[in-house]
Amino acid sequence: MNLDFSDDQKQLQDQIRRFLSEKCTPAVVRSGLEGGEPFARDLYRGLAEMGVLGVAIPEAYGGVGLSHLELCLAAEELGRALAPVPVASSIYLAAEFLLQAGTEAQKKAWLPRLASGEIVGTFALVEGQGRMTSDKVAAAVREGRLTGAKSPVPDGDIADLAIVAARSGAGRGEMAISLFLVDLNGPGAARETLTSIDPTRSQARLVFDGAPAERLGGEGEGWAIASQVMDRAAILMAFEQVGGADRALEMARDYALDRMAFGRQIGSFQAIKHMLADMYVSATLARSNCYYGAWALASGSSELPVAAATARVSATQAFQHCAKNNIQVHGGMGFTWAFDCHLFYRRSNALALALGSLSTWEDLLIERLRGANTQAA
Amino acid sequence: MDFEDTSEEAAFRAEARAWIQANAPKHLEAELKRAGFASSGIESEDPLAAGKAWQKKKAEAGWACLNWPKEYGGGARSPIERVIWGQEEGIYGALSSPFIIGHGMCGPTVMAWASEDHKRRLLPPLASGEEIWCQLFSEPAGGSDLAGLRTSAVKAEDGSGDWIINGQKIWTSGAQYSQWGLLITRTNPDAPKHKGLTMFFLSMSTPGIEVRPIKQANGQSGFNEVYFTDVRIPDDQRLGAVGQGWEVSLTTLMNERLSIGSGMSTGFPELFEFCLEAEVDGRPAVDDSAVRSRLAQFAVKQSGLKYTGMRAITALSKGETPGPENSIGKLVAGATMQELAMFALDLQGQAGVVQDESSPMNARFQQILMRSPATRIEGGSDEILRNIIGERVLGLPGDIRVDKDVPFRDIPTSGRK
Repeated sequence: MNLDFSDDQKQLQDQIRRFLSEKCTPAVVRSGLEGGEPFARDLYRGLAEMGVLGVAIPEAYGGVGLSHLELCLAAEELGRALAPVPVASSIYLAAEFLLQAGTEAQKKAWLPRLASGEIVGTFALVEGQGRMTSDKVAAAVREGRLTGAKSPVPDGDIADLAIVAARSGAGRGEMAISLFLVDLNGPGAARETLTSIDPTRSQARLVFDGAPAERLGGEGEGWAIASQVMDRAAILMAFEQVGGADRALEMARDYALDRMAFGRQIGSFQAIKHMLADMYVSATLARSNCYYGAWALASGSSELPVAAATARVSATQAFQHCAKNNIQVHGGMGFTWAFDCHLFYRRSNALALALGSLSTWEDLLIERLRGANTQAA
Repeated sequence: MDFEDTSEEAAFRAEARAWIQANAPKHLEAELKRAGFASSGIESEDPLAAGKAWQKKKAEAGWACLNWPKEYGGGARSPIERVIWGQEEGIYGALSSPFIIGHGMCGPTVMAWASEDHKRRLLPPLASGEEIWCQLFSEPAGGSDLAGLRTSAVKAEDGSGDWIINGQKIWTSGAQYSQWGLLITRTNPDAPKHKGLTMFFLSMSTPGIEVRPIKQANGQSGFNEVYFTDVRIPDDQRLGAVGQGWEVSLTTLMNERLSIGSGMSTGFPELFEFCLEAEVDGRPAVDDSAVRSRLAQFAVKQSGLKYTGMRAITALSKGETPGPENSIGKLVAGATMQELAMFALDLQGQAGVVQDESSPMNARFQQILMRSPATRIEGGSDEILRNIIGERVLGLPGDIRVDKDVPFRDIPTSGRK
């Protein structure tokens, strides 16, 4: 039994934590919120130079060639630091799509540039309100040209490359969907930044009007590939969420030790102490579920779909729980712009929706457990 | 990362499995598998006799109290081997439930505080199940506030050095069939409450002890009240110094919370199975989106507990001490099983009120409903566990104690003005 990361992996994690605590200061996190750059370019470059972006990308494609376990720990640190960088879009998603479904030429063309941070990639799936299903995809590709609109697209305003889910070919239902690589700086692609609850990670609307589109993966296989890659990304995202939950809990704990009221530290009141204990419980359950996810991701286990949904549901709730109660423990000060509590609250609620909402993942989890149950029987 | 045994662990597992395969009471397998919640399920013979027989067999072959030293009847095995044994013993482990308190709490306390002669006399029959121990700690006036206990121990006036015990204990599991008890008493009511306590062990057949079963809210009787009237204990049955009882009790309570890798059950697998069969609006319950959402919530708690346990086993496997994350087990499991039972009954509609052979899953959810309030209280209530997490894990300050430096006899005993 070894449900833990190795000493080398933990050492790498420490290194990333030190780097982020120095370079990803509150001022850097707040830049997007205060009307500055939509993401921290210098920080992103620094992460690329450290090898964080390419940590799980093979050396043949410009990466470091370690495993997804290292990427899980990097994700935890990025979540903890609320890093305002597009790692989720560019690495957990775009790079992962290329690794899972790209041709040799596509991998060679794009992966080194994603790993070096030279370009940013993203995944454009959603088209408006409600739970995303294949029926809702209206964007379509005809004769290599993409037409339609995608919104919201995470990091869509800063991305250079989008992997777009669109209709093509003669398939029906989910089989009508294929994936396409689209150069967002090329002809026929326009974008506008959207106002969102978490400006430290930008969202955009992308409009395509005959943009050249190159297919990624087989025709009609888009939905299946996306589901597979989103499971992988969900585990990495869950690590970000656990990192954020832990940090929000620490902030609340530190404040409960520091703040005096009624002549005593507020952490000595059971109302506060028990709230913090419950936050610790959520964060611990989520971390354990994430370790299960990490194992499934790294080992390529057939349990990956169940593990991904489990980690995702658990971590979404833990981060939301810790971030909202962090404000509660801080009292009125927690609701000021100056305190950082709202940054965690914003991020926890934005990440809860990225890759599909909590109820979507709850549904997937039960569907998959049922499938596993039927198989076992 | 993997879930595999090391080669030493695999060898130990194979050895344990082979022995269990050859020696377990197979004729009880069906009954143990059918076990209801909070009962061993053994009906064809006396469950206590069946438990003693299995424990004796294990002891003779060196499989009892695996982590204890051999001279005290143990197996001198490592903590991880003890966990592997538990996994392999599986359903037969339930047979040993009468010994849990003795093996898990009283034994370690005796080992830490008793004289060598006493250890050699008391521990081997405890390990082999020939003698059963109970823990005489809680009182009507002191459960969570254990140090508020009032059972008194006073030096006998005859100069023998003996102690005379008077008072009452409560929630004592197994007192009716125990040979020995671990007893905490107040020897100095003039000292502040934590400072005036003293620990003893005594034979449960000592004159002046009366055991009365408590009828519980669910109709069962797993616990007792124990009354002491002028019970005489020789001074050499004292554990630790006079006035050191609180410190001695901490050895016991630390062990209470050290059970690892047991992966507390929440009832989720049974609920999931039920939701595959039960119907909501003419469709399987599991197809209903509201049901799915609740199920997912229970699923991630169950899974979180399982993998938290595996992280603890990982630490043991590396020869490390598991981290504080283990303190969440009972807190999560207790509350989850209670909510889960209410949800399962809700799915049964108005018929959920019925608890008989027609109830789904042998009325398991009705049983869980009626037993789970106790799980949230026994062995540290939810509130005490949250205090422990808050104070020992997160480092928060203790509550302000108004009775801390007050002589015990001056502490108010009633909230009525």
